[in-house]
Amino acid sequence: MSIFEYNGSAVVAMVGKNCFAIASDRRLGVQLQTIATDFQRISKIHDHLFIGLSGLATDVQTLYQRLVFRHKLYQLREERDMKPETFASLVSAILYEKRFGPFLCQPVIAGLGDDNKPFICTMDSIGAKELAKDFVVSGTASESLYGACEAMFKPDMEAEELFETISQALLSSVDRDCLSGWGGHVYVVTPNEVKERILKGRMD
Amino acid sequence: MSQSAVDVPPKGGFSFDLCKRNDMLTQKGLKAPSFLKTGTTIVGLIFKDGVILGADTRATEGPIVADKNCEKIHYMAPNIYCCGAGTAADTEAVTDMVSSQLRLHRYQTGRDSRVITALTLLKKHLFSYQGHVSAALVLGGVDITGPHLHTIYPHGSTDTLPFATMGSGSLAAMSVFEAKYKEGLTRDEGIKLVAEAICSGIFNDLGSGSNVDICVITKGNKEYLRNYMEPNPRTYVSSKGYSFTKKTEVLLTKITPLLERVEITEVGEAMEE
Repeated sequence: MSIFEYNGSAVVAMVGKNCFAIASDRRLGVQLQTIATDFQRISKIHDHLFIGLSGLATDVQTLYQRLVFRHKLYQLREERDMKPETFASLVSAILYEKRFGPFLCQPVIAGLGDDNKPFICTMDSIGAKELAKDFVVSGTASESLYGACEAMFKPDMEAEELFETISQALLSSVDRDCLSGWGGHVYVVTPNEVKERILKGRMD
Repeated sequence: MSQSAVDVPPKGGFSFDLCKRNDMLTQKGLKAPSFLKTGTTIVGLIFKDGVILGADTRATEGPIVADKNCEKIHYMAPNIYCCGAGTAADTEAVTDMVSSQLRLHRYQTGRDSRVITALTLLKKHLFSYQGHVSAALVLGGVDITGPHLHTIYPHGSTDTLPFATMGSGSLAAMSVFEAKYKEGLTRDEGIKLVAEAICSGIFNDLGSGSNVDICVITKGNKEYLRNYMEPNPRTYVSSKGYSFTKKTEVLLTKITPLLERVEITEVGEAMEE
């Protein structure tokens, strides 16, 4: 069994018109046993920047704490929030530093940059950035997520339609993966508000 | 661990503090992760006025295509570009690092960078990590001494060639070059030949795919033709898109209104002399 299949996870982010959505499943397991059904994989860095981390749960939490620490230092020094592109470079550098003994997680970063232009990117566990203009996926359900997003995605969707699309893609993909699921957690971010929704999914 | 958290920013280079834990997990039977590779076909050739570099745009993670349109031609200096194959994080990190070193060197010497400088910096770094930094590169540029093209292997050996290919599609591309290359090609002939070589990699090698990127470097000028050719467009695109009959069931909604982003323009006085 691969190290990434120890806890199980599914994270996806999609770009819409001046908005973005990031979603994850809620299961935390130890191989085939489910330990928790409300695990938080997506975390806020600042109002317009979210990071979702898939992979080994302990590294997810440690890496998140490190990143929040670095971002707070940045805020103190620069007196402003980090831009999403800068944050992505920071995460990439922190991951590559551990090239020969990596953090066993894959981040998905989503944010609104200047002029409210949405930015998404994902990385492998050693920080190889993959910028995309439509969607990015990560986790044990990633193969199904690639297929579902490829079929369901349309460019320039508004916030409500984007929410529907990302939820349907997430739930249908985790249904095909034993290690992720038990509901979904979706954040849809527009320049004026953050809508956080918890989805009802199959609890198996 | 606590030391590196406090000592910000860390001194640079690699940190090995998670290696013991990862080894322990591997011994317990959990397989190590696979990294994003750029299966790749990358090529370069020297033509009459300079150098042309070409690359495909597919990034793979095992058998899955992770990125359909990634950039494999990296900027090193205004007159030097480098294509990378192998582990994606390694090629990006090593080219970024040498690009920064070249810029500092330019500031210090006051001269344009030479291709041989980039070559030496790259091969020293790769050799010192004995091939564990898995980056195979095609480096090309035009400096004061003329056009140069080099290949660099992950263990640190280099070759200087008039035409070169690297990556999993290198055999497919090399067959095109060996058949059709001649000295003193014009710009258009050179671009056509590079595009043909990359296409042969895209269509015959499973690790390469999507589009063709080309970069033409001549004395004092460079042209980065991103997605020069797109021989694999998406065929069946439904204009209506997906329609969902059954809406997702939402258990809980929490709306957080955000404060309007305020632009702060500093109105201050200039410093007194």
